[in-house]
Amino acid sequence: MPNSKQTLVVVGNGMVGHRLLELMVAKGALDHWHLITFCEEPRVAYDRVHLSEYFVDKTAADLTLVEPGFYQDNGIRIYVGDRIVEIDRQQQRVTSANGVEIAYDRLVLATGSYPFVPPIKGNDTPGTFVYRTIDDLDAIKAYGAQSRVGVVVGGGLLGLECANALKSLGLDTHVVEFAPRLMPVQLDETGGDVLKEKIESLGVQVHTSKVTTEIVSENGKLVSMQFADETSLQTDMIVFSAGIRPRDELARSCGLQLGDRGGVVINEACQTSDPKIYAIGECALYQGRIFGLVAPGYQMAEVVSDQLLAGTTAQQFTGADMSTKLKLLGVDVASFGDNFAKTPGAKELAVTDTVAGTYKKLVVSADGKLLLGGILVGDAAAYGTLLQLMQNQMPLPTNPLSLLVPVSGGAAALTMDKLPDTAQICSCNNVSKGQLCETIREDGITDLPTLKKCTTAGTGCGGCVPLVKDILTSELKKAGVEVNNHLCEHFPYSRQELYHLLRVGEIKSFDALLAQYGTGYGCEICKPTVGSMLASSWNDYVLNTPHVGLQDTNDSFLANIQKDGTYSVIPRIPGGEITPEKLIVLGQVAQEFDLYTKITGAQRVDLFGARVDQLPLIWQRLVEAGFESGHAYGKALRTVKSCVGSTWCRFGVQDSTSLAIELELRYRGLRSPHKLKSAVSGCTRECAEAQGKDFGIIATENGWNLYVCGNGGMKPQHAILLATDLDKETLIKYLDRFLVFYIRTADKLERTSTWFNKLEGGLDYLKQVIIEDSLGIADELEAQMQYHVDTYQCEWKTTIETPEKVRRFSHFVNADAADPSLAYVQERGQKRPATEAERVVLNQSQDALTTPVQ
Amino acid sequence: MVQSTTTTDSIDWVTICALDAIAPNTGVNALVGTEQVAIFRIGPTDEVYATGNFDPFSNAFVMSRGILGDRQGVLKVASPIYKQNFDLKTGVCLDDETVSLPVYSVRVVNDQVQIGTSCQMRH
Ligand code: SRM
Ligand SMILES: Cc1cc2nc3c(=O)[nH]c(=O)nc-3n(C[C@H](O)[C@H](O)[C@H](O)COP(=O)(O)OP(=O)(O)OC[C@H]3O[C@@H](n4cnc5c(N)ncnc54)[C@H](O)[C@@H]3O)c2cc1C
Ligand code: SF4
Ligand code: FES
Repeated sequence: MPNSKQTLVVVGNGMVGHRLLELMVAKGALDHWHLITFCEEPRVAYDRVHLSEYFVDKTAADLTLVEPGFYQDNGIRIYVGDRIVEIDRQQQRVTSANGVEIAYDRLVLATGSYPFVPPIKGNDTPGTFVYRTIDDLDAIKAYGAQSRVGVVVGGGLLGLECANALKSLGLDTHVVEFAPRLMPVQLDETGGDVLKEKIESLGVQVHTSKVTTEIVSENGKLVSMQFADETSLQTDMIVFSAGIRPRDELARSCGLQLGDRGGVVINEACQTSDPKIYAIGECALYQGRIFGLVAPGYQMAEVVSDQLLAGTTAQQFTGADMSTKLKLLGVDVASFGDNFAKTPGAKELAVTDTVAGTYKKLVVSADGKLLLGGILVGDAAAYGTLLQLMQNQMPLPTNPLSLLVPVSGGAAALTMDKLPDTAQICSCNNVSKGQLCETIREDGITDLPTLKKCTTAGTGCGGCVPLVKDILTSELKKAGVEVNNHLCEHFPYSRQELYHLLRVGEIKSFDALLAQYGTGYGCEICKPTVGSMLASSWNDYVLNTPHVGLQDTNDSFLANIQKDGTYSVIPRIPGGEITPEKLIVLGQVAQEFDLYTKITGAQRVDLFGARVDQLPLIWQRLVEAGFESGHAYGKALRTVKSCVGSTWCRFGVQDSTSLAIELELRYRGLRSPHKLKSAVSGCTRECAEAQGKDFGIIATENGWNLYVCGNGGMKPQHAILLATDLDKETLIKYLDRFLVFYIRTADKLERTSTWFNKLEGGLDYLKQVIIEDSLGIADELEAQMQYHVDTYQCEWKTTIETPEKVRRFSHFVNADAADPSLAYVQERGQKRPATEAERVVLNQSQDALTTPVQ
Repeated sequence: MVQSTTTTDSIDWVTICALDAIAPNTGVNALVGTEQVAIFRIGPTDEVYATGNFDPFSNAFVMSRGILGDRQGVLKVASPIYKQNFDLKTGVCLDDETVSLPVYSVRVVNDQVQIGTSCQMRH
């Protein structure tokens, strides 16, 4: 009976409000509760913790916390862009700014907080901002675009994050802090000093002990700020990040109990002074404390969902750990537990390394046996381990400082086995070690992404991910499961290992590799992968007998299969340059074989709807006219796009077209773990979009800039600059090395971008290998590429010249007929495959050949 | 009533092609009566199998162009279009048991590949 359901209204759809709704759904509340929420912001809940990434590479859509369809599918009513303006506690009714009135059985305030703007003269001048919402960031971005200097008022956590954002906008950035050091809540004097030095070395000016007295503007435009010590600072914009204040205005106006300095007072059940009203997240005040982090808010959401559903047995809120680890302007900072050694008798141990710019302090108990807290600046790798030692009161080693030397050696590091099951690993999402182990065991999880998805651990601030990973590895080891990167069930090796074996053993066929290193018959995963490795190593004709059965249908018929079983034909058009004569041939061939014709997204022409038996005939014509295979069907080099370059373009500084053609001809037919795309632009205007390619080249006055590992497609990624101002010989040398290095070491179906993202050591390492030849393999890599270049053949030319191969292209092995099931209709003057409905009509006139056997 | 289980004796064998016409570890498509039949040659001992050529997932006649192999010892062919796997012996789809391909009797006699057709199938 729907009417017997109670109504829960959640005011505020921020991180914590949304988490509450998710928990309610997950715990089966929909049978008993109507869920309604009001969302003041113009968008549903998003990840405020990672807000700054909006300035780097995230869009508003990336930041959303709401699974698609979450509200609709679960019947939750959400009022986006509307806020509650009144609570009538007698009538148990709320009213929104848009005039919506709703009666509630229970009400939850999850209204968060607002940034505190100090009462300084001129603090509302245009050019002043706060840093809390996506809208705030949009405003900062827009104004920043026309500013040169930006100042952040506040040197705390958020202030420094904000400074980073301003810096990333290209502003000359300053931080003004009222206290004598940065991050006064988390850091002691030395820690603050080390951080300040680090941050200044990154080009952000830090001004401590500065009290701002006035913000000065001229002609309505902000120009400077004035300090109490009579000094001043010129600036175009100011962002206030001087702390937060709970949004308790609703609670205030309906008479709920508030703290002296604001905040809605709650008890262990997260109830306010009105038991029908709860408060959670940053608006709530527990034992005189506001919790300005997301994890405690999530704990409160957990408590409330439990209170509403489980009643008396429910969990209670008993305060939360405020330990934090952050990366501020690329500098790791962590502070946990009793960071200022306030516990009686507590001792401090510290290591300061002014060269590396690190400061690490441990606070230990009087007897030196327990860890009570600490501060880490510059290197916080030990944070996860230290936090666990502290929270689980585990005994310290005799020399606690050994915990502070790099943990990767692991000598002093804590082994996961010693942690109790109750240890909280992910504080953002309150996931314990026991829960992780149980999920790993019961759901048979073997990889980190799945574990994160199933437990939510590591999906908040991400700080616990290394620990989660260690636990996974340790559990799998215990279960005897090897975390494997095997190619498939037939080869107990990774692609990289097999590649090595294949080259070292000079193995030239799949069967030989299988006999030596594998089992069974192979499958659609290992066969094409090995086919590609053989091709890139020995460059044999792919339709030769031992190889033909390895190829995906596209490679085995040298064309792209379509949904109706016909193929598309894409001849190579190097650099996109084509003579009128050749264009005419393409038109004639298309006409003759009735092929649907389209210009592709990569500067060439695609002819669709070729039957398998027509392919050799079509290619006969194309090869005669001087075309060759475009390898659009292969995990191979596709195109090297080009812009018109200096020969015609008034801005071009180099001849990009000639280079593109040369590169396309050099690398044509090169098979690789995934497809390879390239482009060459004649100047920095970048009309060829080289920065979106696996390798891209941009002309400069002095030569060529080489970009690598870019990608369009499903997850676009900008290419990174590998080397600048190269002459052509060096460019080709680097490219040869880069491509073969990628081919040898990437996983199957891994584009260069994904490969790069996983490459340990990142860009520096890649530069060392490619440019400095740190592995001493450059000659070998170049030789392998030269072998490829020397042994290249056009697969289509070879095919049409080999009658036995041509025979493979008949539709029937025992009859000359074409596939009778194909059906087309006309659209915009060309043919296209008939839809299912159109087929029914067409089929009525055809015979039974087209119907499948049942 | 027509007998539903055919014995070898009641099968008519139609010769399709020489075994050599099928490259090792690949398939070909044959016209058998009015039907399209995919014939596969697999493994070091040249085992042969035959299934319908119609791919029920893409509705195209393409099964003969799939990659051959095994999953945990079960010989199979992967559809070249959306990669579903089918047991070569039973025709059952290994990724969705509710779907299957028809299977045909097939043998090699004097290096010639033959498909068995029952009277029922030829009408
Ligand atoms: C024909 C074409 C679309 C067009 O009409 O323009 C095309 C068609 C197909 N693309 Fe593409 N892509 C085409 C340009 C692109 C581009 C643009 C470009 O190359 O400049 C991209 C984005 C750039 C990039 O790859 O970085 C692109 C990104 C993809 C992706 C996603 C790759 C990724 O790493 O995320 C796939 C899927 C894949 O490869 O796994 C894909 C896969 C495909 C396949 C092969 C899907 C398939 O397996 O059937 C399509 C074959 C259609 C067919 O039936 O022939 N296509 N595809 C373009 C052929 C270009 C050419 O001349 O060779
Ligand atoms: C830049 C930045 C970085 C941060 N980094 C970290 C970090 O690294 N780690 C960490 O733990 N925390 C971090 N935080 C803090 C974290 O984001 C907050 O603790 C968390 O968002 C609190 O969640 P909440 O739901 O209480 O408040 P919010 O997420 O602020 O949500 C409250 C929502 O309620 C809405 N609202 C208010 N009043 C009404 C009304 N009357 N009617 C309807 N809607 C209303 C507001 O518009 C808002 O959307 C960061 C915050 C910022 C701004
Ligand atoms: S975008 Fe998708 S549909 Fe379009 S051509 Fe590429 S793969 Fe095909
Ligand atoms: S602790 Fe933040 S994601 Fe786990």
